[in-house]
Amino acid sequence: MNRIYLDHAATTPMRPEVLEAMLPYLREQYGNPSSIYTEGREARKALDRARDRIAKVLGASSPREIIFTSGGSEADNLAIKGAAFALKNKGNHIITSAIEHHAVYDTCRYLEKHGFKVTLVPVDSYGIVDPAAVEAALTPETILVSIMHANNEIGTIQPIAEISKILRERGILFHTDAVQTVGHIPVDVDELGVDMLSLSAHKFYGPKGVGALYVRKGIRLHPLIHGGGQEQNRRAGTENVAGIVGMAEALVLAAGEMGEEAPRQRELRDRLIQGILARIPHTRLNGHPEKRLPGNVSVCFEYIEGEALLLNLDMQGIAASSGSACTSGSLEPSHVLLALGLPHEIAHGSLRLTLGRGTTAAEIDAVLEVLPGIVEKLRQMSPLYDANAGCKAH
Amino acid sequence: MYSEKVMDHFTNPRNVGEIPDADGVGVEGNPVCGDIMKLWIKVEDGRIVDARFKTFGCGAAIATSSMITEMVKGKTIEEALQITNTAVAEALDGLPPVKMHCSNLAADALRKAIDDYLAKQKGAESSNG
Repeated sequence: MNRIYLDHAATTPMRPEVLEAMLPYLREQYGNPSSIYTEGREARKALDRARDRIAKVLGASSPREIIFTSGGSEADNLAIKGAAFALKNKGNHIITSAIEHHAVYDTCRYLEKHGFKVTLVPVDSYGIVDPAAVEAALTPETILVSIMHANNEIGTIQPIAEISKILRERGILFHTDAVQTVGHIPVDVDELGVDMLSLSAHKFYGPKGVGALYVRKGIRLHPLIHGGGQEQNRRAGTENVAGIVGMAEALVLAAGEMGEEAPRQRELRDRLIQGILARIPHTRLNGHPEKRLPGNVSVCFEYIEGEALLLNLDMQGIAASSGSACTSGSLEPSHVLLALGLPHEIAHGSLRLTLGRGTTAAEIDAVLEVLPGIVEKLRQMSPLYDANAGCKAH
Repeated sequence: MYSEKVMDHFTNPRNVGEIPDADGVGVEGNPVCGDIMKLWIKVEDGRIVDARFKTFGCGAAIATSSMITEMVKGKTIEEALQITNTAVAEALDGLPPVKMHCSNLAADALRKAIDDYLAKQKGAESSNG
């Protein structure tokens, strides 16, 4: 059976061009970029070139503003812990949103145990952060604000440029987790007005285990990893040369085709959303209809639970994801869906389908063919569903 | 992550549905966890002759519900009361640890259905007497 992969927000397949670009650094070009002899200098050259290419795509003013990390989670941790500890004599208050990825959310929770105060700014029913709410949360102690560029579950894109205007006037550091947007929609650090920005290569058809943090010139950060002087003393450890080369290649390719690929995915996304809503009653779209990632579809089916849905889809050859508690091994459903104001039993019935550059209209139609039957089968099994009345039986 | 038996019961759940003239009905669940199970039993001469279920929940919740309906059929009330959540999980060749707490409710739902049956019996006896 041909598999239909609709979980591109989780990870993407690596592009063949990216693998080609990486191979020399996994084979003959094995030098350590910190070594002064020829092999080391060759590796250094590759590293410098990758840094330069990434800086240009992001609109950074200097390649020195790019710090390579092991991925998005490390970039988020470095931005938040690194800035908080560097600025702890200036203040102890951090603002973030109620729908951040756990790499930001849990890092802020960790800092609370170390004397920092954290304010979670709520979102509206579309999952959008109100810039005025960020402004209202500011205190004289506020040292850092971290708001994601787009949400990984519901795809909502945040008004980052508007928020940054407010913060810039006051000289407050602003970080954005752009793991879901880099390579998919335009991301320019000056247009967004952010001081720090996280990205992860495997979200845009690059390799896993490599990411970067953009850090605007002049910002002090405490390193998380101590050791050698790599990455301007901000991230010790021999650089993942092949991974970094692959990330740069993937980013340049994604940026080049974004103008065609984003509208193509948007069209397929809307066809899938409209198809689901038209075919399956008691279903709601999560997130904003327009201010959302080109490839994100997130819906809640009432009266059923997400994991059961995913297992059935998998048996039909479709890979998808859910914010259900049962898929994450915790008791609570996704904090993102709850922050939208959804009741627990509805948040449990969420399904996320995320499209990618390989997704075709035929695949979308295949999903629309099998999904209604799966939902109906599970509803027939659900004590909350009364098929005749078509409403809640309890 | 699930055993073959769990996947079998999840894919082809046994005894889904309601018993319109059931002798006992039990509901167990936690909307926060996202698992709610409703179990119907039919009792003749102190023996459970039929059991059906409806479940809102994950793969483990559906599989345990299906399994317990198989386990109770033909058992006396006393025997059925001996079935534990652990026994249901064992009959399915085990469940992932995170599922043991929230999704393994079948024996609790069964107990409630039996309690309902016994309460009805008592009510019938007192109105007869």
